[in-house]
Amino acid sequence: MQTTLDEVLMTRIATGDRLAMQALFARHHVRVYRFILRLVRNEALAEDLISEVFLDVWRQAGAFEGRSAVSTWMLSIARFKALSALRRQPDAALDDATTEAIEDQSDDPETALAKKEKGSQLRLALGRLSAEHREIVDLVYYHEKSVSEVAEIVGIPEATVKTRMFYARKKLSALLKEQGIDRGWP
Amino acid sequence: MNATDKETPDDIEALLPWHAAGTLSRHDRERVEAALAKDPALARRYALVRDEQSETVALNESLGAPPARAMDALFSKIDAEPKRDAATSNAGGSRLGSFLAALSPRAVAYAASGAAIAIVLQAGVIATFVTKQQGGGFITASAPPADASAGAFALIRFAPLATQGDVTKFMQDNQFTIVAGPAASGLYKVRVAPAALPKADLAGIVKRLQDSKIVEFAAATE
Repeated sequence: MQTTLDEVLMTRIATGDRLAMQALFARHHVRVYRFILRLVRNEALAEDLISEVFLDVWRQAGAFEGRSAVSTWMLSIARFKALSALRRQPDAALDDATTEAIEDQSDDPETALAKKEKGSQLRLALGRLSAEHREIVDLVYYHEKSVSEVAEIVGIPEATVKTRMFYARKKLSALLKEQGIDRGWP
Repeated sequence: MNATDKETPDDIEALLPWHAAGTLSRHDRERVEAALAKDPALARRYALVRDEQSETVALNESLGAPPARAMDALFSKIDAEPKRDAATSNAGGSRLGSFLAALSPRAVAYAASGAAIAIVLQAGVIATFVTKQQGGGFITASAPPADASAGAFALIRFAPLATQGDVTKFMQDNQFTIVAGPAASGLYKVRVAPAALPKADLAGIVKRLQDSKIVEFAAATE
C-alpha cells in the first residue's frame, strides 16, 4: 500500500505539486536522513544532503517510472549524494581502519556504559562496521529492503548482496569478540 | 567486499537476515522456515540475526530526525527552480498516470483502512490532491508557508476510525499544515497557527483538538 501512495505522490510531484512534495518529504525524510547520517557520520552534512536528495526527487519525478519502490529510488539517490559528498571532503571521511582504531581506544563514559550490556555492545559493534557493511546491514534490517532492492540501491549483483551481508555479520561477531562477547558464531 | 570475504555462505544461512526482516518471497520464506524447523543449530544462529535486527533498528531510531529547517532549505531550493510545465512534466509518468487514473482516492483509502492511522491521513491528503487539483495554481491551507519554522505547533494522532473524508475536512477546515511525521507512534507535527501563540491560546486550540472525535491524541509542542 505504501508504494501505491508514494506513486500517487510522485505523479503529483511530476506536475509541480508542492503539497505532494511536502507529503512525500513528511513520509520519508527521517529514514533517508538516518541512512545518510550513518554513511557520512556528520549531522550538518546529512542535513544539507537531505534537501539535495529531495530536490533531485522534485526534479526527476517526471522520469520516475515506478519500476522500483519510491523509497528504494530515493535511497539510491541518497547513497549517491552521500558518497559524492564524502569524496569532496576527504578529510571528513576517515578511513574505516582509522575509525575502528579510534573507537577501540575510546573508553569514554559512554563506551564504558555500553560495555555493560549485550544490546549496547551490539550497537557499539554496529557503529564500528565499515561503511560498506554498515550500509548493507541498515538497508536489510532497518530499511527492510529485499535482496533485489539492496542490489539496486548499492549497484551490485544479488549474489554479492547476500555474500556481503553474510560477511558484515561475520565482522560483527569479530568486533563483538574484541569487545569480550563470544556469540559462538561463526 | 573486504579482502577477507572469501567463503560463500550456505544459501539458507545467507537468507536469514531477510527472513528476519520479512522481505523474502513466499518460496524462499518457506524454504527458510522448513530449514529452521529441522535444524536447531540454524535456529540458534537465527536468534543472533534477530538480535542484530533489533539492535540495528534501535541504533537507527536513536539517530533522531533532521531539524525543521531542512524542509525550509528544500522548499527554498524548489522555489528557485524554474516553473514546471504540467503537460511536459507528466510525460515521463504516463504509465503510472494511466494506472492511477483507475484508482479513486476513496479506493486508496478503503484499501488502506486496515493499515495505520498514518495511512488514513496520507490518503486524506492524497484525496485533496486528486479531488481539488486542476492546473498548476492549486493552493490549499496546508501549502508550506514562506517560513516553515514559524507558527504554533501541536502533535496529533488521529482516531483509528477516522475516515479519509474526516481527515481531509479537518485539515482544511482548521487550515492546518503537516510539518513532520508520521512518527512510529502515528503522531504528526501539525502547524495550528501561522505565528507563535501565547501559551493559553495554544492550550485552547489543543483542548479543542482533544475534544474532536477524529483526534485520538493532541498535545502542544514547539
